Amino acid sequence: MAFEIPKTLYSGKIKEAKLGKGSKAVTIGGESAYPFYLFEGEMPNLPKIAMEVWDCPPEEWAEAALEPFIGVTDDPVAWAKKCVEDYRAEIIALQLISTDPNGLDRGVDEAAGVVKKVAEAIDVPLIVWGCSDEEKDTEVLRKVCEICQEKNLIIGPVVEGNHKKIGAAAIGYHHTVIASTPIDINLAKQLNILLGNLGVSDELIVMDPTVSGIGYGIEYAYSVMERKRMAGLTQQDERLQFPIICNISKEVWKTKEAHIPIEEDPNLGDAKKRGILMEAMSAMVLLLGGADVLIMRHPEAIRLVQEMIAELIAS
Amino acid sequence: MPLTGIDIFKLLPKTNCKECGEPTCLAFAMKLAAGKAELSACPHVSEEAKAKLEEASTPPIAPVTIGVGDRALKVGSETVMFRHEKRFENPPGFALLITDTMEESEVNTRLEKFNQFQYERVGLILRPELVAVKDESGDAGKFEALVNKVKQNSDGGIILMSNNPDVLATGVKACADRKPLIYAATEDNVVGVTDLAKEHSCPVVAKASSLEELAQLTTKLTEAGVKDIVLDSGSRDIHQAFEEQVIIRSAALMKKFRPLGFPTIVFPCEMTDDPMKEAVIASMFVAKYGSIIVLSDFQGESLFPLLVERMNIYTDPQRPLATTEGIYEIGSPDEKSPVLLTTNFSLTYFIVSGEIETSKVPTYLLVKDTEGLSVLTAWAGGKFVADNIAPFVKKCGIEDKVKHHKLVIPGYAAAESGGLEEELPDWEILIGPREAAHIPSYLKTWKPEGGE
Repeated sequence: MAFEIPKTLYSGKIKEAKLGKGSKAVTIGGESAYPFYLFEGEMPNLPKIAMEVWDCPPEEWAEAALEPFIGVTDDPVAWAKKCVEDYRAEIIALQLISTDPNGLDRGVDEAAGVVKKVAEAIDVPLIVWGCSDEEKDTEVLRKVCEICQEKNLIIGPVVEGNHKKIGAAAIGYHHTVIASTPIDINLAKQLNILLGNLGVSDELIVMDPTVSGIGYGIEYAYSVMERKRMAGLTQQDERLQFPIICNISKEVWKTKEAHIPIEEDPNLGDAKKRGILMEAMSAMVLLLGGADVLIMRHPEAIRLVQEMIAELIAS
Repeated sequence: MPLTGIDIFKLLPKTNCKECGEPTCLAFAMKLAAGKAELSACPHVSEEAKAKLEEASTPPIAPVTIGVGDRALKVGSETVMFRHEKRFENPPGFALLITDTMEESEVNTRLEKFNQFQYERVGLILRPELVAVKDESGDAGKFEALVNKVKQNSDGGIILMSNNPDVLATGVKACADRKPLIYAATEDNVVGVTDLAKEHSCPVVAKASSLEELAQLTTKLTEAGVKDIVLDSGSRDIHQAFEEQVIIRSAALMKKFRPLGFPTIVFPCEMTDDPMKEAVIASMFVAKYGSIIVLSDFQGESLFPLLVERMNIYTDPQRPLATTEGIYEIGSPDEKSPVLLTTNFSLTYFIVSGEIETSKVPTYLLVKDTEGLSVLTAWAGGKFVADNIAPFVKKCGIEDKVKHHKLVIPGYAAAESGGLEEELPDWEILIGPREAAHIPSYLKTWKPEGGE
């Protein structure tokens, strides 16, 4: 039976972004086909996993998620070093949980000071993720940009309301910005245009589509990511050809399903394995949607996803 | 390519003989186009028209049903590569593997799990559908005994797996009334398995070691009169199996290549020895594009997230899931507990109820039916405004459950507070946070008496 493999007609390519600096810098993006459609095009840079570090001791984490980090969760520097040295993290993502005005509301200088200490303690790229309070993030991230110049950080979330202030600081001190929009392809395109107009060069932009885990609306993130890839790769939509970053672990591990002990509901199985699988499976879905960087937590979930990436590209 | 009513009308006799039960040929054509009538109802249609209509109405990926009754599993009928283009139609079935060399106690445990693992979510019951019964002993008697046991102890669909056509035939005879899926027809046994499938009208898996061979095999099967086919492209390598799933789907949809226009079966159970990894491989096939997913065992910690993922991916993007209207009690609330209001978009409900649980403050959550819209959308569309919120609050019965009459409404519906105070004079309307993430800090300061 003569049979011709159908091929998608691609007309565009995802832009590349170099994260961090020095010998441990990481390049992402560059895809010329849908994720892992290697019979149609290339993935010159594999998706990367960034390990999550909090800037204050987590209070509500499931036991399974805390266990690999016992002894370091009260010290972001030690925590980040453990991720790099013990778990071979290629990127660190520092979540500025302490800055939330509805929580600890830590001041700008103190929060930025912690970022600087972490940045100086590690040689892998550092993502700095704010608390998603638009005004507080503006102050904190501007300060971070300034005192961590020359570090080539990746900072966000940058939203339409604060893109000028944070964008300007990122340009001035040469950091990559995470353009964040709420699960909407048009808003994403709009923000990328605005950042371009402001003067942020293309290789310094990555997109955050706003993600959630299995059971909490992952299908929305998945479809928006697929639409972005379709627009960028097949419809010459140049302002959507940016790498995608997914801050997923925080969303997965805060759900009640990641906490319920087996005694409470035997049908849900082992709580530790369940949490790990919910994280790994959510990450898998996002990889198929087009994630270039996944922020993850549990070393076991990371191992599973890394094996999947390696085997999906193995020839 | 679906035909319109007018396209179909042109192919009909246009005699308005009424023998089909419709007043005119045009009316009949319209019903055909809407899928509400069968072409066979017209006794006068020409063979040529029949062929054209059948060709046009044959879906690019055939539907296949495994099993009978309430728990029959329908797979196939997919029409798009990406769910946002329309929707994915028929969620993949999960199959639990049981072999005839397992200890009896192990078989019993597995059957118990199969029946016991079900989960309620947004008013739906999520559960696995299939048991894959595999011959490893080569002993027809043993296989038959196991098939009978599975049949008696579960109402799930059955997949019968054997390399030996005689053993397979014994199994099919034992459960033909349950319409099992026969695994598998191969190049070597195609004649015998075709007869078996036709004799018992059972669906059959076509298994080959490349897509070209697979296409040749399905062509043989269809020419022999077997229509209900499921594809196994043979590969157990993650890269290759993924690629083949994508190519099968696109060949059927983009090239209308009939020999691959069938649902697929995949075997994460044969792709790794690590149960955790097996679950992640299965999660890949839920999204791309497995129709039946066979697992080496069921564990709650992996089956539950897989079932939820499947529900998520197969949700119709144009019709979000909704939860039931009513009072949801979170953490055993009492007469002094706060009362929060939200809409019945299932995602809104999950996030709001999750945050309330995080706060550890026992709370009543009132969920109003907004036809599955989120707070902001429902409010903007007039489905979450004082005029319809007030009657819901009155009739839902919350007035009997709390002594205080304080209602916390979502921040995004703040504009309704004035209207609600008029409509609900006994209630004090408080404006809660806009974002669910701020609910825990809000609840921690909430008090039944006095000011805020």
